[in-house]
Amino acid sequence: MTGQTLRPEEHFVETEPYYEPVGDEIEVFEAAWRNQLPVLLKGPTGCGKTRFMEHMAWRLKRPLITVSCHDDLTASDLVGRFLVAGGETVWVDGPLARAVRCGGICYLDEIVEARKDTTVVIHPLADDRRVLPMEKRGELLKAPPEFCLAISYNPGYQSVLKDLKQSTRQRFVALEFDYPEPELERRIVEKETGIEPELAERLVKFAHMTRNLKGSGLDEGASTRLLVQAAKLIVSGIPPVAACRAAVAQALTDDPEMLAAIHELSASLF
Amino acid sequence: MAAVPPPAARAPEGEPLSAAAIEARLDEHLDLVLSSRRTAAGPARELAAFSRAEQELVLRWVAVLAAAHAELAYQFASLAPRALRLMDEAGVEAWVRQAMDTYDGAGLYPAVAALREVEAFAERARARAAGLALEEVAGVLERYVRGLGGRPLKVEAGEAPWTDTETLHLPPVLGVLGDREGNFRLYKAMAVCLWAQCWFGTWRAPLVARLRGAGAEAAALYAALEALRLEARLARALPGARRELDALAAALAVAPWPEPWPEAARRLAAPEATAADSLELALAWAGRVAPPPPRPWEGPPRPEAVAATLEARLERERRTLRRELAALAEEQRGAVPDPVRLEAAPFALERIEDPAAPEGFTFRLELDGQPIEPPEEVRGLLTSIVQDLGEIPEEYLVPAGPGEYDAGAQPAGRDPRDVWKGMYHEEGAHLHDEWDYRRGHYRKRWCVLRELDVHPVRDGFVERTLRRHRGLVASLRRTFEALRGEDRLLRRQPEGEEVDIDALVEAYADAATGQEMTDRLFVRKRREERNIAVLFMVDMSGSTKGWINDAEREALVLLCESLETLGDRYAIYGFSGMTRKRCELYRIKRFDEPYSDEVRARISGIRPQDYTRMGVAIRHLTGMLREVEARTKLLVTLSDGKPDDFDGYRGTYGIEDTRMALVEARREGIHPFCITIDREARDYLPHLYGPANYVVVDEVRKLPFKVSDVYRKLTS
Ligand SMILES: Nc1ncnc2c1ncn2[C@@H]1O[C@H](COP(=O)(O)OP(=O)(O)OP(=O)(O)O)[C@@H](O)[C@H]1O
Ligand SMILES: [Mg+2]
Repeated sequence: MTGQTLRPEEHFVETEPYYEPVGDEIEVFEAAWRNQLPVLLKGPTGCGKTRFMEHMAWRLKRPLITVSCHDDLTASDLVGRFLVAGGETVWVDGPLARAVRCGGICYLDEIVEARKDTTVVIHPLADDRRVLPMEKRGELLKAPPEFCLAISYNPGYQSVLKDLKQSTRQRFVALEFDYPEPELERRIVEKETGIEPELAERLVKFAHMTRNLKGSGLDEGASTRLLVQAAKLIVSGIPPVAACRAAVAQALTDDPEMLAAIHELSASLF
Repeated sequence: MAAVPPPAARAPEGEPLSAAAIEARLDEHLDLVLSSRRTAAGPARELAAFSRAEQELVLRWVAVLAAAHAELAYQFASLAPRALRLMDEAGVEAWVRQAMDTYDGAGLYPAVAALREVEAFAERARARAAGLALEEVAGVLERYVRGLGGRPLKVEAGEAPWTDTETLHLPPVLGVLGDREGNFRLYKAMAVCLWAQCWFGTWRAPLVARLRGAGAEAAALYAALEALRLEARLARALPGARRELDALAAALAVAPWPEPWPEAARRLAAPEATAADSLELALAWAGRVAPPPPRPWEGPPRPEAVAATLEARLERERRTLRRELAALAEEQRGAVPDPVRLEAAPFALERIEDPAAPEGFTFRLELDGQPIEPPEEVRGLLTSIVQDLGEIPEEYLVPAGPGEYDAGAQPAGRDPRDVWKGMYHEEGAHLHDEWDYRRGHYRKRWCVLRELDVHPVRDGFVERTLRRHRGLVASLRRTFEALRGEDRLLRRQPEGEEVDIDALVEAYADAATGQEMTDRLFVRKRREERNIAVLFMVDMSGSTKGWINDAEREALVLLCESLETLGDRYAIYGFSGMTRKRCELYRIKRFDEPYSDEVRARISGIRPQDYTRMGVAIRHLTGMLREVEARTKLLVTLSDGKPDDFDGYRGTYGIEDTRMALVEARREGIHPFCITIDREARDYLPHLYGPANYVVVDEVRKLPFKVSDVYRKLTS
């Protein structure tokens, strides 16, 4: 097998990414996009935010450019910089500039991880000016109507130092995500893995048991992502209790008592 | 680190004391409660028959107890001979400690009662040695039933398994099955069956009301029928748990109940069967069918206790729910609920089918016809009320009017355990939880801590130390200065040692496009802001008396010199105390305080105090570090031994609490580290701090140098 290099602006999502709407998020996102409003996705880890963005990119037929933010991310990393090539200087767009140029969707994942001074470069882009200042080139890049800026943020475990600034968050239309209703979550687990419905239902029940423990020793209950992973193990022949332990319990905690309790929960359920 | 005098360490040897000698020593402590008719002669005579070691143990504890209450000490002295005949020394100490705990929590009379139960205590201790103690698994069981869902249930020790719908009472020890695993299965079976009673409607309010008048026999029949119904429900909801019940029945050779029970079981196994069906049957059978023997995981039901709990809870939850709904309505509508509109019942519940729920449906809360997501507390209340009533009556959904707001407000509920008499009270003190590993949970607001100032002493100690270690001070300064400069390369500087290639390329590119070329083209080695805050926690327990205290103070002097060179933010606190009611932190240097003459005088003024209750000190200082903004936060403990305090804070208890406090600190992003001179520390420090986070300094005289050295290694 060989790896494949893709130029993001040519990377249109061709086949429909499987996404189960939980509420009216698809309609709201579409409306925001049509009105050229940026969108903030809030929600716990593994609840389908990234999947939703892929789905919307497909639905709106726009290329999707995703940037995972980290604390060394500078403004030039997003906007672009000059490089020298063969005695010539060449300007190279950063991912944000590329998304603006091609009228794509730029998804900045975990925006609070980025440095504060980086966050502010998106401000002019995120209000009604819709421009990206490119200081080095002395230019303002005007976003076409198709361009869409989306950022994500998990309000769950941010420290005070990493809270999203009001001046940032108040520019966005906020969509709140949470784990889907049991019936829906069961369907997602089933469709993603081909696991039999009975087992999928038990896995969802198990997730709820761990979510009951949130705040009583767990920071978070099991996410949809963890369920999908456990289901994949089960489908490849791992017994359910062992799969829950490996894919869910160990991912949630290191505390021995908590591990034991979660293990007993899955042993009772299957 | 033991205190002065280390009570457990005074190795008593030699001839047994005579009755007269013992009486004299008892009189010293018991004076207050003795009279001409009540003397210490009796206990003294009995104690004379024991070995010197045993006698000293008793006398030592008499002294400890007398400090709390002389009567308690007298009762102990009288009961001690019996206890010594029943148990070994460790057992006797456990028995006294338990009484002390009871005294702390509940006062004199319950504590004396606890002492008097010496036989039962010894019995339990024996069983515990053979089987599995509830304390060891209570934490897991509590989390387990919490995960299963519904109202949170506490786990507590009782005689036979039963529940009042808020607490699961389970036997303190199980030894029925040969091994720990088997006994744990049995505990789990008890827990899951009692949970099922609460979750699947055994104790619905209307049923409980009918059951109360029906007599003990009907209650026993009802419990047996419910057991059958719940087994069927478990088989559907938690098949794994049901399989374990069956396996237990096989392992314990439980005989199946004879007819008419199997027939009833078939009827009650129907998905639509409810607790009401069990009750009808029980009332019909009363006087005609004998209740079957309970299985090993079952115990007699207690409808009276359930009724009392239920009644109090319904009233409380109705009030709280209505208050919460009023607040919710206000929040959602942005206005205080309008009494006129209240008539229109703003809140409603929409039933949603949910086969997994005990009733087959759950609720969605609506406000003014719009579904809303209720906050956590409201959801918990709704669940709990449905558990009790099977539904939410309409009057529960009427938001509290303005006048009703305070009517039911709990007085900012302070646990009665937290309130104790005496001068050393809560004013200006901080209350901290303490981890009790035996119970597997925190004792709430258990320790009273105060911040005090070290009395400054200007006796030339600091100057002497600096003079004596002149060479060392100079070399420390050099090392720390190097450390300060050792940091990262600064890029894009206007001047520096080397050319910054990246910057140059970019500048060249800029120039080529006709822009101004920057002059920030160099790399410079320079100190980057060291963003470190460190808090030193210094052992001031009695055991540091003498040269350890001197070494500690010298170490602090050198450390301050080093840290001043480095420019890191630091604070120093000493810790000590006696019992949980008097935990003390001594301010030596606060974060926001410069290394002044006053601070130096405080270092010089550090004097050994009492005991070492470490957990509470760590928790308090963790709170302090939380407030400091720094990229790296360190909590360095300087100590000379194990956590130890005389009200039971020793051995595993003290170690586990300390460990938990360190876990909490780590959770706050703080790195704990320990420097100790206790050579036995290798036995317990890895458990507390992790393998790489402590240093044992073998020679006290090296301490002054070592502390700075360790700090340097830690932060470079
Ligand atoms: N509504 C949904 N429809 C389809 N799949 C879903 C949905 N929600 C979650 N999933 C499944 O959960 C997995 C994790 O979702 P995703 O990676 O989008 O999470 P996320 O919210 O981006 O998490 P993080 O914040 O950790 O990045 C997906 O790969 C998918 O299998
Ligand atoms: Mg994601």
